[in-house]
Amino acid sequence: MTTRIDITLTVNGERVSRSVDTRSHLVDFLRGDLGLAGAHTGCEHGVCGACTVRLDGEPVRGCLVMAASLDGAVVETIEGLSDSGEIRDLQEAFVARNACQCGYCTPGMLVTAADILVQSPEATREEIREHISGNYCRCTGYQAIVDAVEDVLKARAAKREAA
Amino acid sequence: MKWPAMGYARVESLDELWRALDAAGPEAQILAGGQSLLATLAFRLSAPSTLIDITRIAALKGVSVAGDVLRIGALTRHADLARDALVARHAPMLAKAAPLIAHPAIRNRGTIGGSLALADPAAELPACAVALGATVVLAAPTGERRVAASDFFQGLFTAALEPGEIITAVEVPVATASSRQTIVEVTRRSGDYAMAGLAAALEMDGAGIVTSARLVFFGIGSGAEVARGASATLTGKALSAETIAAAQAALDGDLDPPTDLHGGPEMKRHLARVLTRRALTAFLVPSEQAA
Amino acid sequence: MNEIVTPQSLGLSREDLPNSYIGRSVPRPNARKLVEGRASYTDDVDLPRLVHAAFYRSPHAHARIVSIDTSAAMKVPGVVRVFTGADLAKVCDPWVAVLAHLKGMKSAPQYPLPLERATWQGEAVVAVVAESRAAAEDGVAALAVEFEPLPAQVDMETALSPGTVVIHPELGDNLVFTRTAETGDIAAAMAAAHRIVEATFHTGRHTGVTLEPRSIIADYNRADGTLTVHHSTQAPHMMQNVFATQLRLAESDVRVICKDVGGSYGIKVHVYPDEMAVACMSRIMGRPVKFIADRFEAFGSDIHARDHRIKGRLAVDAEGRFLAFDIDDLTGIGPYSVYPRTSAVEGNQVVNLCGGPYSFPNYRCTTTVVLQNKAPTCQYRAVGHPIATAVTEGLVDLAAEALGMDPVEIRRKNLIPDDAYPCTSPAGMKFEGLSHHQSLKTLLDMVPVDRIRADQAEQRKRGVYRGLGFASFIELTNPSPFMYGIGGAKISAQDGCTVRMDPDGSVVAMSGVTEQGQGTEAILAQIVAHGVGVPVSKVRIVTGDTRTVPYGGGTWACRGAGIGGEAALLSAIALKEQILEVAGAMLQAQGPSLDIVMGEVVDKATGQARMPLSELGRIVYYRGDTLPKELSRELVQTRHFITKEYPFAFTNGIQASWLEVDVETGMVKLLEHWCVEDCGRVINPLLVDEQVRGGIVQGIGGALYEHCIYNEDGQLLTTTLADYLVPMAAEMPDMHVGHVETPTKESLLGAKGAGEAGTAGAPAAIMNAINDALKPLGAKVFAQPFTPERILKALGTIA
Ligand SMILES: Cc1cc2nc3c(=O)[nH]c(=O)nc-3n(C[C@H](O)[C@H](O)[C@H](O)COP(=O)(O)OP(=O)(O)OC[C@H]3O[C@@H](n4cnc5c(N)ncnc54)[C@H](O)[C@@H]3O)c2cc1C
Ligand code: FES
Ligand code: FES
Repeated sequence: MTTRIDITLTVNGERVSRSVDTRSHLVDFLRGDLGLAGAHTGCEHGVCGACTVRLDGEPVRGCLVMAASLDGAVVETIEGLSDSGEIRDLQEAFVARNACQCGYCTPGMLVTAADILVQSPEATREEIREHISGNYCRCTGYQAIVDAVEDVLKARAAKREAA
Repeated sequence: MKWPAMGYARVESLDELWRALDAAGPEAQILAGGQSLLATLAFRLSAPSTLIDITRIAALKGVSVAGDVLRIGALTRHADLARDALVARHAPMLAKAAPLIAHPAIRNRGTIGGSLALADPAAELPACAVALGATVVLAAPTGERRVAASDFFQGLFTAALEPGEIITAVEVPVATASSRQTIVEVTRRSGDYAMAGLAAALEMDGAGIVTSARLVFFGIGSGAEVARGASATLTGKALSAETIAAAQAALDGDLDPPTDLHGGPEMKRHLARVLTRRALTAFLVPSEQAA
Repeated sequence: MNEIVTPQSLGLSREDLPNSYIGRSVPRPNARKLVEGRASYTDDVDLPRLVHAAFYRSPHAHARIVSIDTSAAMKVPGVVRVFTGADLAKVCDPWVAVLAHLKGMKSAPQYPLPLERATWQGEAVVAVVAESRAAAEDGVAALAVEFEPLPAQVDMETALSPGTVVIHPELGDNLVFTRTAETGDIAAAMAAAHRIVEATFHTGRHTGVTLEPRSIIADYNRADGTLTVHHSTQAPHMMQNVFATQLRLAESDVRVICKDVGGSYGIKVHVYPDEMAVACMSRIMGRPVKFIADRFEAFGSDIHARDHRIKGRLAVDAEGRFLAFDIDDLTGIGPYSVYPRTSAVEGNQVVNLCGGPYSFPNYRCTTTVVLQNKAPTCQYRAVGHPIATAVTEGLVDLAAEALGMDPVEIRRKNLIPDDAYPCTSPAGMKFEGLSHHQSLKTLLDMVPVDRIRADQAEQRKRGVYRGLGFASFIELTNPSPFMYGIGGAKISAQDGCTVRMDPDGSVVAMSGVTEQGQGTEAILAQIVAHGVGVPVSKVRIVTGDTRTVPYGGGTWACRGAGIGGEAALLSAIALKEQILEVAGAMLQAQGPSLDIVMGEVVDKATGQARMPLSELGRIVYYRGDTLPKELSRELVQTRHFITKEYPFAFTNGIQASWLEVDVETGMVKLLEHWCVEDCGRVINPLLVDEQVRGGIVQGIGGALYEHCIYNEDGQLLTTTLADYLVPMAAEMPDMHVGHVETPTKESLLGAKGAGEAGTAGAPAAIMNAINDALKPLGAKVFAQPFTPERILKALGTIA
């Protein structure tokens, strides 16, 4: 039984090659093999969403993806999304609205929230709530998060209109 | 907990799959979206020797219509079901069911094949498949076979899959003007597995007479539970408050729910009655709905 | 009003007083690292030669350990060592969690790993250390532990019955603590009452579910005899003391480092046997050992809370005035009282807090705290408050109904008048100054009661059942040594802060309180910036390292702002005075004629800039030769603060919940929620508001979703996040937060705590709203969580 698999993939725009343990999930790999500690685990059984990262352009549960399966994949983490500037407005809104307290859920929450910006640019508050359900936040009352996402949706819509 | 030690193999075609399964032996397991399998490995309740990743097999992908059959590849993800135009048109129940499953990130990975193979009694898609009269297409090295969804599910987490056999697709008869389909459920929180759910598919003729009915419950038994008595009371009758009440009354004979963390049999039966009324009322002509 | 100069107090605008930061919604300076994923939680720390621990946990609620065979585990690849209770007891003394001032309290000695018996399912029994967590778990799976199962004492109602299993025979029985507070004459009041209402309430056993599980790395260095512990904790100094005492080290040899913490809510302020085991194993092996609890072990071994059955009676006169509260509380706390806060405090709080917002003459409340074979319970956010508030407010609504009074009216009639302070409650609590009536008034300005009542009536005609519920509450914050210290616990009620100016004029403040995400560092930065007179961007806050920060109690019972904030303010003001003394010498001016504004020394009278702090810093640090010889030039000041007049600073507030009950399914849909609270001076409204909302959501969790369910054998059934339901975004309502500010006069800052108000009142408001909704149907619920099943049962829909 081979328990190590060679993979080559793109993480935050950089190509990386590693031999990974088949027991590693995507977040183990990011944290342990690449030193990208932004994604967290809160349950490792798919419920809390703290591990949410972007895989091939879509948010996924990092704890429910085998690292060994990632050959050829494109992974983006909170570190990459921060450096690229793609969600700077969202991050600023999170700070301005105090949408993170302990911050443990925040990277996963931001990856999910970024998906709303792309998937449903006209989302209502209810739709925002629905979309981020599945990402637990135990500190905030979720309201500041909803406010922050709503602010960014509005700002981006205004920008589109102006353009 | 961390997953147990295991091997991993990725295959790109069915032929490769058969070879890999053969090489890996009986303790190997198929990995599709991983949204149930990998979660349960974290409970360390099972220890497969090898996971064989089928997600790159092209033959298992895609949604198409041929004649009056909608073919949904086993690797079709819940997120695809929710936004696929063919699914919306030809199997609206599935389009409606998909957003009820878990949360966006899970729907981006979980597949219909995985959901059917797992046969979780609280899952939406097995109940839909039975309600829609779907056929599950299975493949093995020896060839392909087709099993009616109603025969495919055999109880708690048990499906009619032979060792080494996989689901390649689900075939659903396309909806017609006389089809009425809906899915309703009660969940504690959005995206949770249902405390009780109902996938209802009716055919109604021009005069409003129900020509066939399939009420299939989930979350209240050991699998997708066909309410045969209730379905039968509707058949041949016009849908009305009375026929709905008769269907509700018939449920007691149909259902034998076990107790779970949400409640006991009586509560589940009660919810089944409520869901029956809510689902069927949606099919009434508007003048009767108000009544 | 205390003398803090704010723009409002001077009738000035913000622009006139640019570095007046108190009361201002300043975003948190440390939030950027959180949104960029660049924070540093305990699991992010890696050390050379680090090994990982996993625990074999008891599958039985109660069993004798017959034998432990480690041979197969030791053969598992990667496994380094296996430890039993006896191995660890050699380096660690047991602890007993009692407090002397809780008279008669008893509990059994507890070890890192038990020596003879496992007393709850989930208790760590054997530890495996390996090169990875996965390997350690493999080692655990390979252990052969033989148990002799013993009968379990599970139900708290039978804990004291004759013939019951006594969990620790040496204690004689399962009674941990009991106390009755009695004022006035209950029997006479009951006899004279116009009406007596009564009910039996249950609060569901629930737990904190910090998203970051409990996490610890212990690193014992044999060469210098120091133990460094990276710990996700609320109380670094308390843990320093505990590690030192139990492992027989000097406090100065122990360093506890606590960087970012992924939520705590009271869960991370206790001594956990498995964490003590990690320290012991590092002590024995002389290398760093990491333990990150996974979610299963979190459910089975994090403290639980609020497992109470409360019988309550309220006597009222014909006008609706309260005559007497008579309460009997019973709580099951698991097999051990938890060190060092003890598990009797929650019940004791119920005794202290019932009836708290109201003025009434007669009171009796008993708590009985018993042992059981379930996970230990202890202090979790708002300790005892949600229980006392649910009982009190539930009875108040019953009384209103019995008298045909409006729920608002009966509260207005009985709430302690705003001009009655200082006063002492029938339970013996001293109130310095509360604002129940002003809070009620503020709430009624926010809640459109008339529109809601009209909608309620309209909806009922259509078979839609909506309800509005209120709950007044008090909350205990800023505790003095009267909470723990007088009972002998080494839990510091004081806290310190050191503020230092660096040569470039920037300021570093080191505080004994910790950041758990509430924004402590942000408010400390605001306070220090305000106190010294520098822009908040020039202040760097250091917390969570016992080697560098002044000794303090950390974060618990809502003391961060009130105690830690005051210490920061006092030290900042002291630094400012020191700076001005130096500046006076340099500028040949009198210190008092100068001020510091936005990092510049200015003339107080004219506001004219005299010298930037960077220039002052340059001279002091590099050209001290140019200053007068006798001038003291310590640009660093430390102050400690402790409250002295009152045992606790009470806060108060009121909440309202508007919801809809689907009477067919028993599902509750929350429509809107309001909370007005008075936490004294609000330092940063942005932070306080979301603290309150987060607290409300945890209260909603207890009211509607969260429940640690055990079967009759003491097996926990809710061991995954899919079974233990934590509130998620879709079901949560929008929550409106209002403030009344009654600063405490105990401190210059005037701040009290704000972190628990939401949790204290939300379950009661929701219960009352559900019962209001169900009123036309004659149904009532009193047992939390209010699940669909319980609501359907109350409605008689199911038996
Ligand atoms: C937090 C959470 C909430 C969820 N909530 C819901 C919910 O509300 N409703 C719901 O229905 N589901 C829910 N799910 C489960 C989800 O829908 C899964 O995606 C689905 O059950 C399994 O699909 P998968 O592709 O992920 O299969 P996998 O997890 O990869 O596999 C599941 C099983 O099916 C087998 N298998 C997979 N594909 C095939 C195939 N083509 N042929 C033969 N065998 C196969 C595997 O060997 C395995 O035994 C939830 C999951 C999570 C983590
Ligand atoms: S860690 Fe992946 S969902 Fe919780
Ligand atoms: S900010 Fe702490 S869990 Fe969300």
